[in-house]
Amino acid sequence: MQLLSKLTAIILALSLGWPALAAIETYTFETPEQEQAYKKLTEELRCLVCQNQNIADSNAELAQDLRKKAYEQVKQGKSSNEVMEWMVDRYGDFVLYRPPVRATTLFLWVGPLIFLLIAFVVLWRIGRARRSKSADSQTVDAASLEQARHLLEEREP
Amino acid sequence: MKSMRYLLPLLIFTALVALLLKGLGQDPKLVTSPLIDKPIPHFSLPELLDSTKRVEPEQFRGKVWLLNVWGSWCPECWREHGFLEELAKGHGLTVVGLNWRDETADAVSMLRQAGNPYTAIGVDPETTAVLDLGVYGAPESYLIDKKGVIRFKQVGAVTAALWEEELAPLIKRLEGEE
Repeated sequence: MQLLSKLTAIILALSLGWPALAAIETYTFETPEQEQAYKKLTEELRCLVCQNQNIADSNAELAQDLRKKAYEQVKQGKSSNEVMEWMVDRYGDFVLYRPPVRATTLFLWVGPLIFLLIAFVVLWRIGRARRSKSADSQTVDAASLEQARHLLEEREP
Repeated sequence: MKSMRYLLPLLIFTALVALLLKGLGQDPKLVTSPLIDKPIPHFSLPELLDSTKRVEPEQFRGKVWLLNVWGSWCPECWREHGFLEELAKGHGLTVVGLNWRDETADAVSMLRQAGNPYTAIGVDPETTAVLDLGVYGAPESYLIDKKGVIRFKQVGAVTAALWEEELAPLIKRLEGEE
């Protein structure tokens, strides 16, 4: 039992230890707002060498350099937008995980909405078709019922 | 009308497959630099072989020149080095080096072993000029025109094929500009 609790402690320590190791440098900030801004920035900037990571998660050297640059600028009192602009000027929109709304990216933003609309229209049309079909079949049923009754009555001996 | 109902999903599916196939064929590393057709950002870096000198882009005004980001730690730079030599010595192209994140001794010994194609070499151990240029990794090269505007960027090595297909014709055109 003691062994088990020790093991759990070790596993816990390991699983807690890794995320903290992901970013090596420790930066100190004067205000919590600055720290928050830095955190948000590094989470929204793409690491360019390892394209599916943000620079907060990446240990690539370029990501470290970009983190440092973000830190320096935040510390100088620059706004998040200014830091983003600095990055975009050098690396293009690609550095942003959240692409800006532009003519070239418009489809990216409204595309899903268009598809959702199409889906709704299709659903609505299918629903309508079904309803009218079932209504049709009911009237047909009533008529044929009457016919059936006639037939049955005629056959009566 | 009825046949359309069954054809439409197939058409949409085919279009989707075509789109995804095209995406597969693209190299995600090839991202156009926002710096193309913009003036090269200013830098002033110490010269690798003579620390009393500085290397600045303004020194090459009036020339069409190639700025090459390299480091002795980068295997692809070693592979590219021979061709850069050929460009500098055989074709008379001004090649300026930007030695990135390197040890001076290692960089100098690489030049001693593999030759020195560079007219000048700026040292950027702190990755300042390199970030201003939007560099992803080494090697990377920028072709700069007579007015100091970046006209072409190559991510990765400059190869003979690239030279023949793109660089040589472009340089010829740029040389004709005022």
